[in-house]
Amino acid sequence: MSAGAAKIPVRVAEVTPVNELVTRFRFVRRDGGLMPTFSGGAHTVVEMNDKDRVRRNPYSIMSDPADREGYSISIRRDDNGRGGSLFMHRQVRPGMEMVISNPVNLFALDLRARKHLLLAGGIGITPFLAQIKQLSPMNGNFELHYSVRTASLGSYADELVANYRSRVHLYRDDRGEQIDLPALLDGQPLGTHVYVCGPKGMIAWVRKTATALGWPREAVHHEEFLAPASGKPFEVMLARSNKVIKVGEHQSLLEAIEAAGVEAPYLCRGGACGQCETDVIEYEGTFLHKDHWLTPTQCASGAKVMPCVSRFEGKTLVLDR
Amino acid sequence: MLEGSILSRPVYDVLEIRPGRLHLMVADAEGAEAILDLAASAPSDFFARAHVIYVPKRAGDKFIAKLEQLAPAQLYVGPTYEAALPRLRRVLAGAHMGLQVYLAGTEGLMGQAMFEATEAGIPHSAIQTEHRGSAVRRVQCVHCKGITEDVTHDPFQCAHCGLHLFVRDHYSRRIAAFQGVRVDAEDPGNIPESVERFR
Repeated sequence: MSAGAAKIPVRVAEVTPVNELVTRFRFVRRDGGLMPTFSGGAHTVVEMNDKDRVRRNPYSIMSDPADREGYSISIRRDDNGRGGSLFMHRQVRPGMEMVISNPVNLFALDLRARKHLLLAGGIGITPFLAQIKQLSPMNGNFELHYSVRTASLGSYADELVANYRSRVHLYRDDRGEQIDLPALLDGQPLGTHVYVCGPKGMIAWVRKTATALGWPREAVHHEEFLAPASGKPFEVMLARSNKVIKVGEHQSLLEAIEAAGVEAPYLCRGGACGQCETDVIEYEGTFLHKDHWLTPTQCASGAKVMPCVSRFEGKTLVLDR
Repeated sequence: MLEGSILSRPVYDVLEIRPGRLHLMVADAEGAEAILDLAASAPSDFFARAHVIYVPKRAGDKFIAKLEQLAPAQLYVGPTYEAALPRLRRVLAGAHMGLQVYLAGTEGLMGQAMFEATEAGIPHSAIQTEHRGSAVRRVQCVHCKGITEDVTHDPFQCAHCGLHLFVRDHYSRRIAAFQGVRVDAEDPGNIPESVERFR
């Protein structure tokens, strides 16, 4: 079994600036065939050959799930990030050959819902663009509340308003507008599901408010890809492969394992899916758990680690890999 | 407490107070005791936002005065689940997110009320249940599709088609019943002795 979802060799068909921070990329298959189907909320992992390293970042697919000619993603440039978005913005040109993964959906619509309440913050709009395109032809009942910094940074806000009018509500930070969340959640019809994608604080705010109002956890969906945090370099012994590897300051543990030529499972690379869960054989030191997957008890046990986002500080770490 | 066996066999928990805008409670017979126990840990304004639907069945008047003392916003006491059903449907039809549903009593009542609640859009795993009192089963005959209530014996004779049915743990949330399968299908007439399994 190869690590991650199956891969698709693609060509970059279009690179389109959306605004001063966001650029849209469209991928088509190199063999001219159709892309696999996906459902709204799915992401693809884009492989970037950046000098001597391979970056793999997950991005939500924003194009119409019914369109199998290609996938579109939109990437916000993060000047202080680890470099994946800068690579995409600066190096990727139309015609370039790249590799992306089959789509994986960790943020699917629950189609049993009577109503879908979609809450987006900034670039968190991308999964909802595909979900809205999926819902719209089947007359799905949805309402989008989209928080943007300024009008010009509100990616796709104009086309959303033009196409879906009364279903779309925009909030501009520069005008001091904010979603009145308690009022919005209160009084929603039974069977409503709420979905949130945006900054960490927004996700926590929505989950907390919904819980306090008595919304069941099954009706509250969120997606947050964590970027692996930088930290002190550390050494790891991979017991099964019999290798000692070094994890660099700006490298994730998973990336270091891959760089050593060891195949490790992954899907989201953002601490959400649980695929890369790895058993710890021995350790002396402290884990810096960053993922959304392990329970607090599992974290405290020291028996498991999610190498995509979590780090380690200390003397020895031996993994079953 | 009823034991789990196969995945499809429902398991029940103990009711607990959860935040909510409206608390809908449906109980039969000794299920009233689960509501009374829940009340012990309820905040003072809790029952002002509660609607209690109660079917006493064999418990008679035993718990009615105690339920009245909780002073729920609405208390309905009815003769049968079927009599209470229009009210339950009316409450669910007008409800909003923030509704908490608490079911207590026999499996037949909880299963049927849960079906109504899930039809109204509540995920089944978000509905609280607590089994109290009788363990008699509501069973659907897989052959004639007739439902026999309050089954105590296994095998038992289908009240609709007369076949002798083996009571399985295989449960359907959609029809809120266990599955009854002809016990002598392979060897007609060879019917094991019926024993009382559910009280």
